[in-house]
Parts: sequence; structure tokens; C-alpha cells
Amino acid sequence: MTPLVRIQREDFDVGAEIAALTSGNPNIGAVVSFAGLCRDESGRLAALELEHYPGMAEAEISRVAQEAAERWPLAGLLAIHRFGLIRPGEQIVLVIAASSHRREAFEAADFLMDYLKTRAPFWKREHLADGTLGGWVEAKADDDDAAQRWEQVS
Amino acid sequence: MSMATTEPASLRLVYFAWVRERIGLTEETVAPPVGTATIADLVRWLKTRGEGYELAFENETVVRAAVDQTHAKPATAIAGAREVAFFPPMTGG
Repeated sequence: MTPLVRIQREDFDVGAEIAALTSGNPNIGAVVSFAGLCRDESGRLAALELEHYPGMAEAEISRVAQEAAERWPLAGLLAIHRFGLIRPGEQIVLVIAASSHRREAFEAADFLMDYLKTRAPFWKREHLADGTLGGWVEAKADDDDAAQRWEQVS
Repeated sequence: MSMATTEPASLRLVYFAWVRERIGLTEETVAPPVGTATIADLVRWLKTRGEGYELAFENETVVRAAVDQTHAKPATAIAGAREVAFFPPMTGG
């Protein structure tokens, strides 16, 4: 099973991506999808601008996805990350994990998202509702902690 | 005249987010001085190149680096590298 990774400006269709990942594989009994959306932070934001490192973005997410594929028995794994200007309510990121049973799919999707946040070379900049350019979003220690918990080998 | 030391190879540097803004460049090709062996050495040399670089690397522990599109640490060797990137902690997802 080779994970699928796409970095794109365009939006994506979650239903269509699930159908494409699972079609023709009757051994799949569980599909977990996570979609991350742009928030307006209670009306403060007009948009988020996502800058990325072309080449490394694909490479790094692929490395993390490969780790997930080695750790859990998966039938399918997909990650899509958008770049460019994204407005509140629009989708930013999608992870889909498919497996025979639900536990593997839940855990692999969770793992991929946690590592994607701390390792994928993307940076968010705020565009404010009053039309001015805001600052760069700061990395959260919470995200490092979330990724760290997967290091504890069970 | 024989060359005892290896001539410094030209190295492509790429910058992202506020590191890019502070330095004022998206990328450049440089020839670091002989003896520039690690990411930490490279940062030390870059900081001598002007105010923008000084500002970008004022807190060296914050800025992240990648060597040929793989995450790197200050002690990572840059020998043979084609591309080194500097950027803030990532905020994707």
C-alpha cells in the first residue's frame, strides 16, 4: 500500500476522495477521514495564506505517511494539503485512512495529522477582517506534545 | 599551486515565512567560507552578512533548517548539500 500525497491550491471533495480510495477493495471495513478548515477566529480573520516549501512538503508528508503505513495495517492512506489564500469555512487539509477494522484507521489518521502539523513545511499568515495583513501564526507547544505522544512505544 | 583544501561549493539557500521577510530574499546562491561544516556554522556566517540576517537568526534556537529537503539540526553536516532551507516552526495542518 503506497500512501497518496497531494499538495495543491485547489479545493478537494471529501466524498469523492473516500470513494476513490476505497473503491474496488472489499476488504476495507473502516474509513476515517479528517478535514481541517479555516476558522475566522470570531470574525477577526478574512483569510489564511498558506506558504509552503514545494518539493519538501510532498516529501515530508510522504515520509510521515510511510511511517503510518508501516505502523498500522492499512488498506489505503491519503493526505491532501492546500496552499495559497484560504477563506473561513474552506478546507485546508484532508487525511483519509482505510483499514479492515476501525482502530487502525482512527490511529493512523490521528498520527498522520499530529506529525503533519509539526513536520510538514507549511506556514500560515493571517489576513485580517479589516483588510490589513496580520502576522504569521505561531507554532503551538500543544502540537509538539500531540506528536510526542506517539514516540512512547507501546 | 596545488589546492590542499576543497574549494567551497556553491550552495542554494531558500527562505520561508518570516525568515524570508527578514532576510528580504526568497533564495540565493552562496559560497560559504572554507570550514563551514554544519548548519550552525552556516548560520554563524550568515549572521555576519547584514542586519536582515542578524534579525532572522536573532534567536537561533527558533529557526529550523532543512538540508536537501530533509529536516536538519544545528549539528547536521552540509558537505555535499545542494540546498539548505531556513524557516520558522511549521504551522500547517
